[in-house]
Amino acid sequence: MPAIQSPVTDEVHPDVALVERAKRGDTAAFEQLVRQYERQIFRVAQHITQNREDAEDITQDAFLKAYEKLDQFQGNSKFSTWLVRIAVNESLMRLRKRKTSKTVSMDQDVQTEDGSIPRDFAEWRPNPEQNYGQSELAEILRKAIQGLPPGFRTVFTLRDVENLSTEETAEALGLSVPAVKSRLLRARLQLRERLSRHFRQKNGGPKP
Amino acid sequence: MNCTDFLAQLTDYFDGQIDHELLAQVQAHVRECHHCEVVLDTTRQTISIYREHEIYEFPAELRERLHAAIMAKCRGCC
Repeated sequence: MPAIQSPVTDEVHPDVALVERAKRGDTAAFEQLVRQYERQIFRVAQHITQNREDAEDITQDAFLKAYEKLDQFQGNSKFSTWLVRIAVNESLMRLRKRKTSKTVSMDQDVQTEDGSIPRDFAEWRPNPEQNYGQSELAEILRKAIQGLPPGFRTVFTLRDVENLSTEETAEALGLSVPAVKSRLLRARLQLRERLSRHFRQKNGGPKP
Repeated sequence: MNCTDFLAQLTDYFDGQIDHELLAQVQAHVRECHHCEVVLDTTRQTISIYREHEIYEFPAELRERLHAAIMAKCRGCC
């Protein structure tokens, strides 16, 4: 039984002490937090915006905003979740400015059911890792996720790429848990469908 | 359990948040429905392949440049 869920612990997270020190003006403590999360924040921004320059700007802006608003961080959530929420908001704002998509708001449900009903029932054989080189595989994965509506892409990124729990994802996106679950299901199914076009076993399914 | 019911349980199934009775129903359904068995297997692979592969590069040069820019902004702002 695969449990794809972050473990929950009652221990005090090491970030708490760093955040407290940073609040008192210790930039070395904040720098440690930057070091810990810069890759994750860049990755989240890149997944959502699909644009490297935007992701660079967003990473800088997100940390600067976090630093400026550190006093507002109450510690009710993990620092990383709070930071991701800032980065997601910056990313969605950037998408809105680019106006390349109609659906860039997390509270705007995507009406279409396209891709939510499985159509490709071919098995993936051989294993995609065996069939493609690293860079070719990465290109397929990038193209597939690019095709998702931003709202789905964002939920999938936080939940399945960054391994946030459903509750943390809901908190970071300002969505309800059922809304996260619904988007996550559709994102996973749409991605599965897109990847099946590449990874499907030849002669293995009902489609040519 | 039919295929629609199966899909409705898929997220909770992968998240390990499904109760025993529903889990047994899901398992019984995929034993008799090959299409749903494939959907289950390939969705699981979809999740793990994204989790295991860094699809965007984050080279050391970029990391250093970003890190320096972030810290310069933070030191300059307060």
